[in-house]
Amino acid sequence: MKKLTLTLSLKGEGRVRVKRLRDYVMADFSVVGHSVYRKDAAQKATGQVLHVGNIEMSGMLHVAVLRSPYPHAQITRIDKARAQALDGVAAVLTGADVAAMPGVDPYYGPAFRDQPILAVDRVRHIGEPVVAVAAADRRLAEDALQLVEIEYEPLPPVLDVLEAVKPESPVLHPKLRAAGTFADLAHVRAGQSSNVCYHFKLRKGDVEKAFAEADRVFEDTFRSPPAQHVPMEPHITLAYLDESQRINVWSATQTPSYVRTELSAIFGLPMNRIRIRVPYLGGGYGAKLYAKLEPLVTALALITRQPVRYALTREEEFVTITKHGVVAKLKTAVKGGAITARKCEVYWDTGAYAEIGPRIVHKSGYTSAGPYRMPNVWIDGYCVYTNKPPAGAFRGFGVPQVIWAYDSQMDIIARALGADPVEFRLRHALDEGEAFATGTPVRAFGLKPAISRAAEAIGWSKPKTASSGAKARGRGIASGVKAVLTPSISGAIVTMSADGSVNILSSTVEMGQGAETMMAQIVAEELGVAFDQVHIVQPDTDITPYDTITAGSRSTYHMGNAVRMAAAKIKSELAAVVAAKLEVNPEDLVAQGRRIFVRGSPERGMTIGEAFLAKFGSLGTTLTGEAICQTTAIPMDPETGQSEKCTEYWFPSATAVELEVDTETGQVDILKFFAVGDAGTAINPKHCEQQLLGSAITHLGLTLFEEMVFEEGRLLNGSLLDYQIPSIKDMPKEFRSIVVQVPHESGPFGAKGIGETGALTVSAAIANAIEDAVGIRIRDLPITPERILSHLAARREKEAHRKSS
Amino acid sequence: MKRELALTVNGRLAKLQVEDADTLLEVLRDQLNLWSVREGCGVGACGTCTVLMDGKPVSSCLVLARRAEGREIVTVEGLAASGKLDVIQETFIEERALQCGYCTPGFILSVKALLDENSTPTDDEVREYLSGNLCRCAGYGDIVRAVRVAQEKRRAGAT
Repeated sequence: MKKLTLTLSLKGEGRVRVKRLRDYVMADFSVVGHSVYRKDAAQKATGQVLHVGNIEMSGMLHVAVLRSPYPHAQITRIDKARAQALDGVAAVLTGADVAAMPGVDPYYGPAFRDQPILAVDRVRHIGEPVVAVAAADRRLAEDALQLVEIEYEPLPPVLDVLEAVKPESPVLHPKLRAAGTFADLAHVRAGQSSNVCYHFKLRKGDVEKAFAEADRVFEDTFRSPPAQHVPMEPHITLAYLDESQRINVWSATQTPSYVRTELSAIFGLPMNRIRIRVPYLGGGYGAKLYAKLEPLVTALALITRQPVRYALTREEEFVTITKHGVVAKLKTAVKGGAITARKCEVYWDTGAYAEIGPRIVHKSGYTSAGPYRMPNVWIDGYCVYTNKPPAGAFRGFGVPQVIWAYDSQMDIIARALGADPVEFRLRHALDEGEAFATGTPVRAFGLKPAISRAAEAIGWSKPKTASSGAKARGRGIASGVKAVLTPSISGAIVTMSADGSVNILSSTVEMGQGAETMMAQIVAEELGVAFDQVHIVQPDTDITPYDTITAGSRSTYHMGNAVRMAAAKIKSELAAVVAAKLEVNPEDLVAQGRRIFVRGSPERGMTIGEAFLAKFGSLGTTLTGEAICQTTAIPMDPETGQSEKCTEYWFPSATAVELEVDTETGQVDILKFFAVGDAGTAINPKHCEQQLLGSAITHLGLTLFEEMVFEEGRLLNGSLLDYQIPSIKDMPKEFRSIVVQVPHESGPFGAKGIGETGALTVSAAIANAIEDAVGIRIRDLPITPERILSHLAARREKEAHRKSS
Repeated sequence: MKRELALTVNGRLAKLQVEDADTLLEVLRDQLNLWSVREGCGVGACGTCTVLMDGKPVSSCLVLARRAEGREIVTVEGLAASGKLDVIQETFIEERALQCGYCTPGFILSVKALLDENSTPTDDEVREYLSGNLCRCAGYGDIVRAVRVAQEKRRAGAT
């Protein structure tokens, strides 16, 4: 076993030796497959890590924003004269002002250009930005907002997703413009005259015939509410014009490349007149995707010609982006103990602006029937506007909402048929090479191993521990899959100096998931250098190549492949030099231990420095490799959702829980929890475990108590005093992860990624365990004690009624 | 109106001009550039802005700077001022008890206060004490383990 030690330097003031922790060793690899320490560990433990909030510039202005008090209204008058006159106020901006800026498109959005930088004429949700002030400090900016006079004429709001689809509902966006930014959204057509901004359809077989011939038909409606990401660092953006009057932006974003494209489109500027830089993020979870504060802050910087920074308060965060609330209606036919058809009608509440809703409804919507064998499938997914804050991506990208529905129903069906829920799932789970509902054969599909490992861990075949008193114990399991966003693109540049030290230029954002460490491990392995010799250059659109997005668990595969291929180019240049010198075949050479040598004969080779000298005659030189990993999909048939290849690969997930329900208080106590996910190869096993467990706890909160509660379009719990997220006390007593490794043939060293896998199956597993414990079926999230008690009371009433009649 | 405020921050006396409405968080960040002190919620509910005031953890977003007059404030910058990491910082690294790292300074200070108060806390006491610090990456299992390892190291004489 190779010993790993890591020396961490602390701000140059001294060096601290950290002892080696337990390693996980993968045969033949010296860095990949080992749980090396995070690249950023010392910076983070000392609090010296760079965040946008630490960047101060002289003359920097601060922003405060006046927001709509109405869910839907016409703006009839804005008078900003008094605010503008206040000493220290540099700019007071309205939507009309933005629209009047020469060459500026005041609307933006990744699917449709439907969201105004500041409201133009109309507001569509409470909390929508209407007037922005840039002033010498935040308090002054807030004072100035008090002096702005606005009059509104309220319009009837559309607040419920099922109401919003009715023809008589007021239409929020009578005209839509497609954004045209992403290839996978090219099919999204604009110009609707209803609140459905995107309708996904999948048709396979003949569901109606299967329903007619079925032994039994199951119909259930499952709901999950809108929720908050709550990255501990709220959104923050700083923009300024540099000495050549280029727009420079520092932003806490997961999409630097996209933000540059979007600002270029909004402000009508060439891409190279815009520079986006991203330091470390204090969490993202999907909240920081696409453009958020950047358009507004850039507009203010252009107008004031001063640096402008806007940091959202937590309360503003709540009305900026949310997780889609979903109503999923499932109808499933069973014949001879097997599922023969499933029809899914899924309504996604995307709020006032589409944001990335259409992509979620498409890319996650096609998995709505589950990863199970069924000859007939019908899916309708509707992305629907309502007068609520916009909904976007949230760790799992909509898949947790559909698994909540289909894997709750899998249990309902298994129980009704008297089948064992694990056996029922395994019997229906797709095998390697079988076609998904889309017609795409599944590959490297560790679903069955995930289910089996989860069942084994929870002791499924053993008898349950007996319940006592008012407390009832139950066990539950759930499984499901997410497909990776396809097509997408990751570019990377790797440079090596003659001393063997390496820089990676990548636009992948480090937000806690360990992407920097993953990239450094892969490149160190490929080039045969030490992990500590690799440095990551953080996203900077002036120097780091295009990357579609840091999200969707895609970076390990896509950016991992890109950095590996870029490093391989350097390796082959070095190998060519060594091969020529030693008169051997370059293919017989390996890079290991900072040397290039003949496989099996380490003495026949050169150090990296010697190879550089042989090539350049100098040690001051660098070698550069560049590569792009681009995955492709075959576009789905718009009417049937069929495609021979709808995705590059899959993320199978399973969760097993044992819990106790207190029938007097309705409290749920999770006793055992196993988060299981197929990572392909685990590049850093410890980080894979952290991803599984972290995403699982977040979804434990979303299952048991998290919910954004709206009344007449007004959020009632929009602060962390009222909106609870899991604390350390919510961690289950026995809480483990199991990393299943089914390597993918084209993943870097077989890796796929695992950032969301632990999130996917939590809710259904818990609901299934609750039914096992107390015999009630909950179909609405969150599963609060009140909800449990009311179900228990309803059941008692029903039983009493049955006895008396 | 600004008035003078004198307090000790990380062992050094600081004399600052502050407004009555300034919070300790604002003063530590804006005047002393102690970037480890971060606002997460502004209402004392997340623990991200935790600092030690006379050894006790407080949410600096809720403490008016005036209230810190004459007090001793410690931030994470003060733990490793000599260039050597505090044993709790070192253990957070070794036990992988950090991911995005935004909540980490607050957690480290809360753990320090916990172990200073109670060198052998029970599991329930650890969970109770740290329940005011939120981590959305949810690395809670790693944090609990870090507390235990740090506790053992401190008992063996590490600082």
